Amino acid sequence: MREIRLRINGIERELHVEDNETLLEALRNRAGVTSVKAACWRGECGLCTVLLNGRPVKSCSTLAVEADGKTVETAEGLYFDKRAKGLMESFVRNGATQCGFCTPAFVVASHALLLRNPKAEDEDIKEGLKGLICRCGTYVNMMRAVKEARQYYADGKQTA
Amino acid sequence: MEENVVGKRVPQVDSWLKVTGTLRYSFDIELPGQLYVALVTSRYAHARIRSVDTSDAIKSPGIVGVFTGKDFPFRIGLYIADRDLLATNKVRWVGHPVAAVVGTSMAAAEEAAEKVSVDYEPLEPVLDVEKAIEKGAPLVHEDMASYNYYKGFINPVPGTNIANDFRLVKGDVSSGFAESNVIVEETFKIPQINHAPMEVQNVLAYWRPDDYVEVWTSAQSPFATRYLTAASLNIPVNRLIVHVPPAGGGFGLKAGIGWEPLAIMISKSLRRPVKLVLSRSEQMTSAPSRDGLVANVKAGFSKDGRFKAYEATFMMDAGAYADYTVNVARTTGYSADGAYDIENISVKSLAIYTNKIPTTAMRGFGHPENHWPLEQVMDRAADMLGLDPVKIREINLHVPGKSVRGTGEPVREYDGNPRGVLEALVKGIGYWEVEKPSEPWKVRAKGLAMLVKAPSQPPNAGASAIVKIDEDGTIDVITGTGSMGQGTPTSLAIIAAEAFGVPVEKVKVNQLEGVSTDQNPYTWQTVGSRGLYSDGIALLRAIEDAKNQIREMASAVFRVPKDDIEIRGGQVYPRTHPEHRLGLKDFAMGYTYPNGNTIGGPVIGRGSYAPVLNTFLDEKGHGHNTVFHTYGGTAVEVEIDLLTGEVRVIKVVQAFDVGRVINLLTLEGQAFGGFIMGMGSALYEEIKFDKQGWVLNPNLTHYYVPRITDLPDEIDAVFLETPQMDGPLGARGIGEHVMIAVAPAISNAIYRGLKVKLNEIPMNAERVWKAIKEQRPELISSAFEQALSRAEEIHV
Ligand code: FES
Ligand code: FES
Repeated sequence: MREIRLRINGIERELHVEDNETLLEALRNRAGVTSVKAACWRGECGLCTVLLNGRPVKSCSTLAVEADGKTVETAEGLYFDKRAKGLMESFVRNGATQCGFCTPAFVVASHALLLRNPKAEDEDIKEGLKGLICRCGTYVNMMRAVKEARQYYADGKQTA
Repeated sequence: MEENVVGKRVPQVDSWLKVTGTLRYSFDIELPGQLYVALVTSRYAHARIRSVDTSDAIKSPGIVGVFTGKDFPFRIGLYIADRDLLATNKVRWVGHPVAAVVGTSMAAAEEAAEKVSVDYEPLEPVLDVEKAIEKGAPLVHEDMASYNYYKGFINPVPGTNIANDFRLVKGDVSSGFAESNVIVEETFKIPQINHAPMEVQNVLAYWRPDDYVEVWTSAQSPFATRYLTAASLNIPVNRLIVHVPPAGGGFGLKAGIGWEPLAIMISKSLRRPVKLVLSRSEQMTSAPSRDGLVANVKAGFSKDGRFKAYEATFMMDAGAYADYTVNVARTTGYSADGAYDIENISVKSLAIYTNKIPTTAMRGFGHPENHWPLEQVMDRAADMLGLDPVKIREINLHVPGKSVRGTGEPVREYDGNPRGVLEALVKGIGYWEVEKPSEPWKVRAKGLAMLVKAPSQPPNAGASAIVKIDEDGTIDVITGTGSMGQGTPTSLAIIAAEAFGVPVEKVKVNQLEGVSTDQNPYTWQTVGSRGLYSDGIALLRAIEDAKNQIREMASAVFRVPKDDIEIRGGQVYPRTHPEHRLGLKDFAMGYTYPNGNTIGGPVIGRGSYAPVLNTFLDEKGHGHNTVFHTYGGTAVEVEIDLLTGEVRVIKVVQAFDVGRVINLLTLEGQAFGGFIMGMGSALYEEIKFDKQGWVLNPNLTHYYVPRITDLPDEIDAVFLETPQMDGPLGARGIGEHVMIAVAPAISNAIYRGLKVKLNEIPMNAERVWKAIKEQRPELISSAFEQALSRAEEIHV
């Protein structure tokens, strides 16, 4: 067991985790962050995507101890980010969610994508989201949503 | 009406919970003190279990219990109770759960599961449907004769591997073939595929100290799950409380009965809450998939293009359990004639046990199976007759008001407009225009396929609904239909909003929190695209009941006859004197006069629905077994790379006669999403088995499901509106239809472009390239030359 300190969705947390525990397990089981989903537990589906110090990572393939001293953001936290909230609004307006199980991860990944590239075109969006699976096949609607959300990121600074 | 949102784009009522990840799935639900279950699964496709040694596992740290088949001697199933909770006596496929290990953490349970050792005596497996029905084939279920099944609905054949033998007969095919000028005879195949919902199946069960049982499960059908589980485990129905939170995808997998009985029995033994969450590989091997198919078909046409005779044998690879697939076979059979008038029909449709993954319903079941051959037969026959694929369909498509289906059911005027659908497809895809490929060694081609489908359900598949008016005039709608992304709850909200003339935001559907058998009224199952129709009708009746209660009170208050009371725009008033008006809220809890006298009491409307005049099908497959039919179709433009065999969908148009558009956003979402799923099954998806019955690709890397990079460049959907006479506001269902015609449309495009037949899916690059190589080798050599000269150009 080890103690790690991290900032999850804007709140400072201390967690006791196993050395071999994944960030996914720590977030869901110890911190109660259930907006992070999982569908494969081995890096294939992308539904466990979170932002670690602003960078998207698959939390099932990241050790919890690696998050020590870092910030973690998930969809429930991005709700408080003005740009991300605009992105969420675009998802809602464009029907980019069906069962919704994949949606938080797509929101996180799209947010990261638009921060990096507020002018993302079709190909950039595909490239940025191809690591995630939506079995309901909401890709068309998601494409529309992400493009529409570019407006919220237009003035944004480019981040690492 | 004042607040008319019907037909507009309305976001799903729970969208904000979804985009923030705060919607609670059963995946997210836990109980204090819950224990975790790990499964030990079979390594043999077919073997007798000599013994199971659990002694090491039970001593492992954190382990509370280890269970084997002997502990739970029950048989479960929807239409035939052929499943055990854990393997008893023998294992029937690789992945068959043999033991369940329960621990204080998942890690502890998994570690201990490794220590369970099973002594097997291997038996000869049967992995092929055709071999499975040969005389002397090994039997997957020796005890079939003792299984309970739904009599009158299916027909199992004990002593064989046939779980259901269904026949459809119309006229006399031999005379039909004698009158035919052209005969198409082919074998078509479909492999088993996986539903792959993003939320894996999971169950939390708690056998409480008061002997009530609570279950939270990722399922589609709370009431079917409750009834079947209760009946098979001898629990009084009202002591079993099934909570079904919104599901992270269902696609048929989560219909019927799933892992609930196992979790419940473990909880009963330990008297503690237990949670079972499948791993992805368990989801893809231990849980059911979609049936595979081998179909031998023969179709005869007269020289003027009339469909004279259709003879088909469908051999559905049901895998080790067929409790739902028996109805898939039945459905494949009774609707084998699709959207066409066929003079003579003889269909035999078999659900066949094999030692492969058990199977169950999947989106549109029976129809992707029977449309795959039928819609290709149309194009092949057209070619032989010198007709085009559109013309041959025009000749044979159902004529509402005139045609009769194979089952003997008339095609009614209000069933839809199949010709309109065909026209929309031809126009939308630009069927007659030829597009230029992106490279000279590629070919662009367009193809289309039609479809028709009705919900496949028993004749008593009922639904019910409750409507309540709250103190402030807001409205609660309560039905039993599950929420899994299909959008029905939102459509029900729109219907209620329309009926009361209030904004949608004033209506709450309680499915947001999921359905609970304790709190929601009954609906048979959330399947078959039946929800909007069945629950919608029940809801309209409940609304009418609530309105009547209001009218009753208002008649007294306004001193006018009851029938003169109008309820619109959230207001209640005499039709003739609209200046006298009160709000819904004034009647919500009964009407209170200024002196305090109160009449009526809280408004609560109830409505029930049962299919009208439905019957079982007789031994010829005749009867009245459907409630509505939705016609539709898919048209695609593909680009085929002759060098690699890769097929890419460039453009798609789908068309459906939905009766009435309730929510355009949901409809488009279904049409687009269903296309993507259909394209996955057409081009990529296949569960691969080796010769011993091992699954070679039980993960999302080697079992590829479509990703955003697979999106066609253009995708469109057209909705026709021929009102369904008894449908809610004229609407009919569409949630499954969206994937049915996709595979044959793609195959027809390839055939039209290359004259290369593809009778088997997936049409992956390897298979397509091989087919071209075998059937039109000259195409590959000339493409190769094109590519070479291009390479030289670049070099120079
Ligand atoms: S759960 Fe992490 S990638 Fe699938
Ligand atoms: S919305 Fe269901 S998986 Fe994406």
